[in-house]
Amino acid sequence: MEITTRALFTLIHGMGFGALYLLACSGALVELYRFATATAPSDSTQGQERFLKGYLMTMVVLAWAAVLSGTYVIYPWYRAAAPAGTADLSMFPQRLLMANPATIGWHSLGMEWKEHVAWLVPISITMVAFVFARYGRELRNQRRLRTAVLGFAVASFVAAGVAGFFGAMINKYAPVQGGDAIQLSSGGER
Amino acid sequence: MKAADDAVSGDEPTMPNGSGAAAVLAAGIGSFALAVLAIAGDKSAIAKSGLVFYTPTGPLSGVTTMAILTWLLSWATLELRWRKRTVAAGAMSALAIVLLGLSLLLTFPPIADLF
Repeated sequence: MEITTRALFTLIHGMGFGALYLLACSGALVELYRFATATAPSDSTQGQERFLKGYLMTMVVLAWAAVLSGTYVIYPWYRAAAPAGTADLSMFPQRLLMANPATIGWHSLGMEWKEHVAWLVPISITMVAFVFARYGRELRNQRRLRTAVLGFAVASFVAAGVAGFFGAMINKYAPVQGGDAIQLSSGGER
Repeated sequence: MKAADDAVSGDEPTMPNGSGAAAVLAAGIGSFALAVLAIAGDKSAIAKSGLVFYTPTGPLSGVTTMAILTWLLSWATLELRWRKRTVAAGAMSALAIVLLGLSLLLTFPPIADLF
């Protein structure tokens, strides 16, 4: 059982950063809403507030790690130009998708949307984390700020979902391949 | 929901909202800049070549770098002006949400292709 270095980096980008962000986002939305709309001061403690600040900061790191690794590590492998006359396009995912009418949409719609919409995620969640860190429980008295913060958090969830869905589907039809092979195990036939 | 909103917004704010409003509006501006730059990089040959900051990534490198710079610069500017003030947070939040909504729409290729 082996994996190539490019496949490993793609896995870290998609599963390590992207999917973890999506998982964290669903929890953050519930917690942010609960925290910001609690009616009594005793509903949330300082410890819970500190925890949520740390949780949001972790999400900020995940979001930036996902877009930076996607844009500057994975995407160059995806969009690499095939030399003229190349018959086997398996090492050139974008060209492979565009060579077949049945898969071209995964690039022209999927990747074209994903590569841009994903960047709304770190912008949104960085703002959310900053405002929560600055205001904390005071947010419950700042109704309009609270609405905007929740709106941006929802948008970051939607944008990350779009990016994650298309990333998974594109990698299914035209996986990023190449690089050194890493041996994971050398199990024999059963 | 309405009752909960009324209940939690019944207390007087103890902090000026300027810093939060600055962060919210700047996020809207940065998001919108990203969408506009993405369309420019796709539709204009001059913009497309000018936005190639890192060749392996192509114009996406310039689109995202310029959008992030726009976001951070607008944030810093608004923060300096508003951090100790109470501003019309409702209008700023509404504007930011509209800009964010437009950004989500404008990054969708069938809509971007209308330009």
